[in-house]
Amino acid sequence: MAFISVFDVLGPNMIGPSSSHTAGAAAISFLARKMIAPPIVKVEFTLYGSFAKTYQGHGTDRALLGGLMGFETDDTRIRSSFQIAQDRGLDYRFTPCTTETEVHPNTVDIRMENAAGQTMVVRGESLGGGKVRIVRINGVEVDFTGAYSTVIVVQQDKPGVVAHITKVLSDNGVNIAFMRLFREAKGHTAYTIVESDGRLPEGVDVPLRNNPNVQDVMLLEP
Amino acid sequence: MDFKSSVELLELCRQTQCPISEVMRRRECELGETTRDQVDHRMAKVLEIMRASAALPLKKPSKSMGGLIGGESKKLYDHAARGKAICGDILQRAMTYAMGVAEVNASMGLIVAAPTAGSAGIVPGLLLALQDCYKISDDRLVDALFNAGAVGYLAMRNATVAGAVGGCQAEVGVAAAMAASATVELMGGTPEQCMDAGSTVLMNLLGLVCDPVGGLVEYPCQNRNAAGVANALIAAELSLSGVKQLIPFDEMLETMYAVGRRIPIELRETALGGCAATPSACARCGGCG
Repeated sequence: MAFISVFDVLGPNMIGPSSSHTAGAAAISFLARKMIAPPIVKVEFTLYGSFAKTYQGHGTDRALLGGLMGFETDDTRIRSSFQIAQDRGLDYRFTPCTTETEVHPNTVDIRMENAAGQTMVVRGESLGGGKVRIVRINGVEVDFTGAYSTVIVVQQDKPGVVAHITKVLSDNGVNIAFMRLFREAKGHTAYTIVESDGRLPEGVDVPLRNNPNVQDVMLLEP
Repeated sequence: MDFKSSVELLELCRQTQCPISEVMRRRECELGETTRDQVDHRMAKVLEIMRASAALPLKKPSKSMGGLIGGESKKLYDHAARGKAICGDILQRAMTYAMGVAEVNASMGLIVAAPTAGSAGIVPGLLLALQDCYKISDDRLVDALFNAGAVGYLAMRNATVAGAVGGCQAEVGVAAAMAASATVELMGGTPEQCMDAGSTVLMNLLGLVCDPVGGLVEYPCQNRNAAGVANALIAAELSLSGVKQLIPFDEMLETMYAVGRRIPIELRETALGGCAATPSACARCGGCG
């Protein structure tokens, strides 16, 4: 069983009113924003399940937008995030989806677009008590929480890529806690997600990119 | 140093001759791989946020996001200031603070989930009221928070603190059990008396359903934060007077969890039953239209 800290009981320190619908929502988009090169200029949130029904009363919309602008769950700016987004010229939209019901009750799709015109779609779930996980990246099913230092490698599903990743990480002294490969289909785009206990060495993404089948590398620190 | 039940916790208290708060603090340092200074510093920050969230609605009442509550704490405060309060100093202050924290939470202010956002007023409400009335130092209040944390940890580990899983008894019930136990330690009771007070609360709130109007953490949640401090105070008083409980805390926790799982889904945070389904609530909410 994972260690339950006294600060899991008396915590999180958070902007109300709900650990799942507000704090968790902010945490999901706080994580998602790290997965695309800044600055983000446009974002669309699609809300599912209970998120779709009660997002206004729970401030889920403000929390999602605040998290996307880098506000943590206890940042009082969350309440004013609509105004702050307008001031920053960030284009945002919320769309509740009540037709798709085969999802976790507190699910959101975040479609981000940056100034360079790149797009990224991330699906997150709020699991309760402020805990979250990312379950989909650009249509590929994945599973990680962002609680650890995380390396995400976007790659062509070809032999030798995983060996390349582990060699680079080992050469750089990264101790792997968890490592998993997710893919659309054989030979298509795949995601290798590596979670590590310590902080990742600065610039470790450079050698990771040095392989013809690696398309992109993201480093996410908690 | 770790414990999985109140029996093990009490055994550790006996072995080390320490109160529950100190056992919980040592556990945090050891398993969290950190130092005493760091955990005390972090808990002082928790106390600071709690105090600010209890004080804010007295200066600046605000309407909740869903518009169902706002200004109740100030009303209670003014009522007492006019000399009209009938609850006595401690309970009157505790319910004022508890409902205030609930108001701050519902209006997107900064709070500490304790153990949840919906029940966040109970632990700070009672502890801050005791501090007012008995001139208790912040250091001792930090100790009391570690005690409360031990009770909440046992509930998270062995049962649930989620209204969607166990009903309001798992949120307000556990929060009040935490507050009761912390109060007993603060007022000079033994570790056994702390756990007895926790047991009493779970007994007295057993079966309480989670039925938020409109699915929002506002109403009746705020009222139940006041009910939580009252129950915590009753349980602590019983325990401190020497009344012993037949059913130990671990058994009450297990029973609370078992009852919670048998609560129908309509009464577990889905807003489909209980207060949420009354004609007046439906007329106000309009969510099903």
